[in-house]
This record gives sequence, structure tokens and C-alpha cells, in this order.
Amino acid sequence: MSQNSSHTKRIWFVFFLLLVITVIEVFVGIIKPAFLADHSFIGLKLINWFFIILTLVKAYYIVYAFMHMENENSFFRRLMVYSIVFYVSYIMFIFLTEGGYMHDMFIGSDKFYHISKDF
Amino acid sequence: MSTVATTASKSDWGGGSRPFNVSYGKMMMWFFILSDALTFSGFLAAYGLMRFKFIATWPIAEEVFTHVPFTHSPQPLLYVAFMTFILIFSSVTMVLAVDAGHHMKKNKVILYMLLTIIGGLIFVGSQAWEWKTFIKGSHGALETRSGNILQFVDETGKHVNIHSFAIGNSERIADTRDKGIWFSEDSHAVPTISVANVTAGFKANPKLRIKTENILANGHKEILSHEASLSKIKQAVGVVEGANMIHNEYGKPLFANFFFFITGFHGFHVFSGIVINVIIFFNVVLGTYEKRGHYEMVEKVGLYWHFVDLVWVFVFTFFYLV
Repeated sequence: MSQNSSHTKRIWFVFFLLLVITVIEVFVGIIKPAFLADHSFIGLKLINWFFIILTLVKAYYIVYAFMHMENENSFFRRLMVYSIVFYVSYIMFIFLTEGGYMHDMFIGSDKFYHISKDF
Repeated sequence: MSTVATTASKSDWGGGSRPFNVSYGKMMMWFFILSDALTFSGFLAAYGLMRFKFIATWPIAEEVFTHVPFTHSPQPLLYVAFMTFILIFSSVTMVLAVDAGHHMKKNKVILYMLLTIIGGLIFVGSQAWEWKTFIKGSHGALETRSGNILQFVDETGKHVNIHSFAIGNSERIADTRDKGIWFSEDSHAVPTISVANVTAGFKANPKLRIKTENILANGHKEILSHEASLSKIKQAVGVVEGANMIHNEYGKPLFANFFFFITGFHGFHVFSGIVINVIIFFNVVLGTYEKRGHYEMVEKVGLYWHFVDLVWVFVFTFFYLV
């Protein structure tokens, strides 16, 4: 904390990084490159993977640089970060799997035709 | 600051030591942020659940939020990108205020906190404008018996306002209590045109097409031919203008529900963040923290403010981009 200039420098570096990532996201979101939009990986389009990974990079920099998580005690950091990361990964997996199942029920494959009638 | 233990009493049980080396206030703020993050995760997970259920008919956000103030041509994503920029920038001024606080530079803290508050106000104002535009709607649509939305486009695929081709006006007036109809009061504004008016106008205008909610393999919404549209329009039972909790001219009402709920809850967080920022701002101006010897309160409110920014990063991705 004694080196004021290096702190401010890092803040501005993170700001420009977040800005550049956002601009790239918006740009890709508008033009939707055919390669990213047409291919998918583990049930998710590449373009969505692209957005999600960039979002996680942004989240990392906000938490670690802006919220000074990198300067906290490592056990405290793990307490916060691991809790949310593992729990949210779990709940997203469960909810999205269930949502996909509900979709199958909803449009009704032959097997579940009687169920889809109930919606 | 003066509670630093001397080497003789460097025991964890002697008092004055802090778990994880984090001050009480900051730790509690982190705990609050963790629980709040779980709340927002729950919202976004619920959104994902419903979106996956209706994956083949969900509204495409870029076609919904295309409005930019003072312009008329549709500009997907630009306005939201501007809002994101404002929030990120106010996050930077907040962290600069925290940094200035570490160096006990009161005037710099005041300046940066003021900039943060202004950024927050611009963001909340932008969000209010976006809500207003969304509630008001842009082109109007028909709703079928089963709740599907039929939008109208010309042969180039550009959206057409139903008022521009409808023939005649609806004679229906709103049911209200003073007309003796208390059991079927209209809770929302009654459209000025009816399904019959729109249908008549559609038949007279062979260039028009119907855009359904179905998403094709290429990621675009299905556009029917004029002939197919003519048979589809027979299923329409109502005119929808704008969006509310029950009807939504852009597609699934659930989309509007999630939009109001998630961005509303986030907007409420920004609003309360501004209020807390203003309180801390005046404390800084009055010199409260200068007397106290440290600016930890600025740090704590900064944590909250960054969290609000963090949530927006996820809302931006999962509501507007993906």
C-alpha cells in the first residue's frame, strides 16, 4: 500500500481490460460470427461459451482487483470463493438439466406424449 | 490500529486478534455479499430453467432491447453496453476512492465518491428508461388462444407497427367500476384497435408477413408466407401492445416477468447502493473518517458497490448476450 502509483496503475489496467472485454462481447454479439454460432460444445453453442468465459474473466478481475480479494487471507478467500463457485456450478447444472428435461416433456416426444398433453 | 499486540501477549486468546485478519465490518459485508450472490444465482438459475424449457420459442433479447434514446433505427445491445460501461466506470471511481482513503486524502475521496454517485444515478436513470420503453412496446402484436405471439414484418423482415396497417378503430372501451362493471375491470390499457381491425388491414396488404415465436435452426425467428399467415391470423384472440406481467408483445410473458424481476432487483440494489454512498459521502465531507483515523467505511460501501457491478456483469451476459 505504500506504492500509490502502482495501485492506481493496476486499477486503470483492470478498467481498460473490463472495457475491452465488454466491447469485444458486444461486437461479437452483434455480428455473431458463423463459426461461433453454428458449432456447439457439450450442448452449448461456442458463442455462448465465449460469452460465459469472458464473463468469468470479468468477474475474476472485479472480485480480485476491485474488491481486493487478492490481498485477503487465503483461508478467507477460499471460504468466499469456493462456497459460491461450487454451489452455483452445482445448482446451474441441476436447473439446466431439469430445464432441458421439461423442454422434452413440453414439446412431447412419442414416449412422453401423454405428459405433454397436460401442459 | 492501536490494538496491535505486543510480542509478549501474542496469543489468539488474549483478545484483539481478528479471524482471518479481516475486520469485523468487512467480514460481515462479505458474508452479506455471499448470501446476496446466492439470491441472484437463484434468480438466474430460475431464468435458465424456464429458458431451457422454452428454448425453441424464447424471445431473442437483441430483437427486444433495440432502442437507444434520441434515435429511431434499431441498435441491438448498444444501449445496454453503455449502461455496462457506466457501471464499470463508477466501479473504478469507487476503487479509486478506497485507494485515496488508504492514503488519507480526504479531497480525493470526496471527488471520487461524488463521481461514483453520479455514475450510479445515470445507470438507474438508464434502467428506468429501458423499463419505460419495454412497457410501452414498439410495434404491437397479436396473441393467439394458446398465448403465442404473432408479430408483423414486411418482406425484408423489418418489424411493422400494427397501427400502420390496421383498418378502423376498436369500439371497445375499458371496463371500469364507474360503468357498473366491477367484476371484470381492465387492469391494463385497452388497445385502440381490435383483432378484426388488424386482420382486415393484413388481408389488404399482401406485403405483410407474420413472424412467429418459433426459432429456426439458423437462430432466427420463423417468418411465414403471406398465405400461411392468413390462416395463422385466424387463431388470434387479442391485441397486445407493450409488455406487462400478463401479456408481452415481444413473446413469452415469462420473459417480461424475469426481466422485471431480475433487473428490478438489481436496480433496487443500485438504488440502495447510491443511498449508502450518499450517506458515506457526507460523512467524508464532514470529516468523520478523518477524525476516526481510517476510511474503512468507504472500503465497506465500496465492496457493496463492486458487488452490484459484479451482478450486472452476469445479468448482462445471461439476459442480453447469451
